[in-house]
Amino acid sequence: MTANATIRIQEADFDIAREIAALTQGRTDIGAVVSFSGICRGSEDGETIAALTLEHYPGMAEAEIARHADTAMSRWPLTGLSVIHRVGRITAGENIVLVLTASQHRQAAFQAAEFLMDYLKANAPFWKREEGAAGTAWVDARGHDDAAAARWTKS
Amino acid sequence: MKVKYFAWVRERIGKSEETIEPPANVRTIDDLIGWLAQRGETYAHAFETPRVIRAAIDHAHVKPDAAIAGAREIAFFPPMTGG
Repeated sequence: MTANATIRIQEADFDIAREIAALTQGRTDIGAVVSFSGICRGSEDGETIAALTLEHYPGMAEAEIARHADTAMSRWPLTGLSVIHRVGRITAGENIVLVLTASQHRQAAFQAAEFLMDYLKANAPFWKREEGAAGTAWVDARGHDDAAAARWTKS
Repeated sequence: MKVKYFAWVRERIGKSEETIEPPANVRTIDDLIGWLAQRGETYAHAFETPRVIRAAIDHAHVKPDAAIAGAREIAFFPPMTGG
């Protein structure tokens, strides 16, 4: 069975258990579900972070996630895929992003989830602004995120 | 064509989008950054380090040498920090 990706960008929080249930309900072709959730840290390099505000490029953000979902589904035998990315103000300890990958066997699900997160961090048009003790500042992109995405292009 | 700005590019310019009509000699993303940077102090500040600016044409990432002919919507933004 070919997977249809569920892709959502929303301000509201998500319920991981409910999203996994939605992915697997009534299915007998799924033997593995990998769940990755990204959470807002309460500190960065010793600085307290009260919250993040996530900005995105509507239209392109969905398109970029869909493009990477298609790549993941062509590269691994996935039977299900969900990506939920929150936008707006997210306080420390709250969810930011969820990637669920389902497959018959665990290896494809693990690898596809990691691939998707690496690509989303480097290529999906979202930007974080941190609220710290000294005020707010845009988060700088990290070189290691680009490197993490690039390693998937090596064969 | 419509141009959109995001994150600190948007903040520095002071607007999220506008419609522009660059002259015919502005052919690439690089050319357009140079042309926009000369429109005033806010633009000069936003585009002061062109190599860190990322661009998209009609919702797809493009490189600085990409041709802008026929583009409906061009976006400029800093490196992405989602996920």
